[in-house]
Amino acid sequence: MTKKLKKRLRRILCGLVLFAAALVLEGTVGERYPNGVLLAFLAAFFVSGGDVLKKAAMNIIRGQVFDENFLMTIATVGAFLVGEYPEGAAVMLFYQVGEWFQAYAVNQSRKSIRELMDIRPDSAIVLRDAGPVRVTPEEVRPGERIVVKPGERIPLDGVIEKGTTALDMMALTGESLPREVGEGDDVISGSVNVSGVIEIRVTKEFGESTVSKILELVENAGSRKSESEHFISRFARVYTPTVVVLAALLAVLPPLLVGGNWSTWIYRALSFLVVSCPCALVISIPLSFFGGLGGASKSGILIKGSNYLESLSKAEIVVMDKTGTLTKGNFAVGRIAAVTSKERLLELTAYAESGSNHPISLSLRQAYEERSGKKIDKSRITQMEDMAGFGVSAVIDGQQVIAGNFRHMQQNGICCEPAQEVGTVVYAACDGSYLGYLVIADEIRADAAEAVRKLYAAGVRDVVMLTGDREETAQAVARELGISHVYAQLLPGDKVDHMEALMQKKSAAGRLIFVGDGMNDAPVLARSDIGIAMGGLGSDAAIEAADVVIMTDEPSKIAKAIAISRRTLSIVKQNTIFAIGVKILILILAACGMASMWAAVFGDVGVAVIAILNAMRALNVKGQEG
Amino acid sequence: MTKTYILEDLDCAHCAGKIEADVAKLEGVTRSVVTLLTQKLVVDIEDGKAGALTKAVKKIVKKYEPDVTVIEK
Repeated sequence: MTKKLKKRLRRILCGLVLFAAALVLEGTVGERYPNGVLLAFLAAFFVSGGDVLKKAAMNIIRGQVFDENFLMTIATVGAFLVGEYPEGAAVMLFYQVGEWFQAYAVNQSRKSIRELMDIRPDSAIVLRDAGPVRVTPEEVRPGERIVVKPGERIPLDGVIEKGTTALDMMALTGESLPREVGEGDDVISGSVNVSGVIEIRVTKEFGESTVSKILELVENAGSRKSESEHFISRFARVYTPTVVVLAALLAVLPPLLVGGNWSTWIYRALSFLVVSCPCALVISIPLSFFGGLGGASKSGILIKGSNYLESLSKAEIVVMDKTGTLTKGNFAVGRIAAVTSKERLLELTAYAESGSNHPISLSLRQAYEERSGKKIDKSRITQMEDMAGFGVSAVIDGQQVIAGNFRHMQQNGICCEPAQEVGTVVYAACDGSYLGYLVIADEIRADAAEAVRKLYAAGVRDVVMLTGDREETAQAVARELGISHVYAQLLPGDKVDHMEALMQKKSAAGRLIFVGDGMNDAPVLARSDIGIAMGGLGSDAAIEAADVVIMTDEPSKIAKAIAISRRTLSIVKQNTIFAIGVKILILILAACGMASMWAAVFGDVGVAVIAILNAMRALNVKGQEG
Repeated sequence: MTKTYILEDLDCAHCAGKIEADVAKLEGVTRSVVTLLTQKLVVDIEDGKAGALTKAVKKIVKKYEPDVTVIEK
């Protein structure tokens, strides 16, 4: 609790005691000393509401009317004037209680949002000529070496020079499994060193480091306001003056037209003034968005503004890039179709291709080394020949091995059938007899199919895949993932054209999302309603270009982002309807004389507090399935 | 250029909106955003006109929220 809040609380408690004393006084000796009772209520009134009265007076001097303080002052002073002393004092008191609670709640949620984003490192231990010194992260220059001990946060981006450890990246990616890193690995600021002492050569200064970029992005997200927030600002501008004018009419017209007691109508008008502040909405709506943004970043989804958080809920078409988004963007050995032994086929092919640095050769080598646990032993190869466009031939352990495409087999007189496979097929033969073939394809991400399914489940009308890859490969990937629309063999410029066409197809309210890996797709990201970049951790380009950055490589987070957006929006809707509904209801009841000023105070601060508590739910995104 | 101020103890949304609107009307200001939750005021102002900005911002804040302290960042 801040000092200011404590001070206000003390004043409220004093006010409460005085108010209770005044009530007792009224109940016991009220008839004999009416002036004494009035004084007691006035004392409670001034103690609890002194600052409101002061602010109101100051604002009038500065020409500020229609201000909350001013309206409360009129309402309560008015209550005293029409003889409702207890109500005058009580309304002020409860207004203050509500205001206090409101400030407290905002403070609390501000704190929990801050904790959520508590990834800022406090200091760095830098190794200089004089030995290790502890400095602020801003003082460390690229090229310097820093030491990070277990339990500490990595202060700057860099490369590990010494030591191995596990890193907890929970705060950055939402991923709870620690990542093992060792010498030569890149590390990212904001992750927590779990187990070992490491020495890091700093590659970026603090302002350019990942942690600064993320914090800057999240903190500024609130300034790109959503449609709902603009609506509330506009509503607030109209609402207060309207209610004040209605209050004035209510105080004057009925007594003049139909006669009746002036003080009854003035009392009703005063109740109007109490509900005239749109605080509940003005505070709770931005708070909901902020909570949603904070909760999303906790899950490793950075959203650059409330406007994008709002748009995500209207996702209608999701366009996804294939390579690097739905697939890992690397080549890996998939199917191994051997005539006899799979191990022998993989081993001989990997050896035959081991002289080349082509991605396909590398993937063969990697698959062999991973599956057999052995390294390529170059001494087993005695001769090697590369026939560009066909394949290779090599002598391994004295056997003549050929590996390559179908035509390579035919030319060497090997009898085999062409394989109907997606991806690159490598055939192999040894000493004239056919061994079988291997399929090398880009690996589909583990959660890609789930991601597509969840998007459809979330009500997305169309999931479209764009790729520069071959038609057959694209079709096969799409089939496996359940994507119906595929556009393959596209050049970068074609992707933009297809986006334009898709933008025409969506409905007016729907939004088109493009998901890419943030590299080379800036024009497409810019053309979409919402551009999402995946695998943003450590990639500045992606963070710059996109509206939403998914820190990990999981396409299923797209559906999660949509789910968070929908939930936030539903909280915003609940609050809007609840707050406006209750206020209008109280206005109607007060006009008919069925709601007292007490109800009106509830309509003001009570509603605000409930709306704030509801808004704070937006922060909690745990266990939400996309 | 962009200037950022921290509005310490700002907790009234209504006032935040009024501060934002008034700062936007200052000479040379192209954008003014108050974020209640981070208690920040971010102002984009034309180069060379920022000299009197801090004083003007303090005056505006004092008008609506006398209890708020303006800290230049």
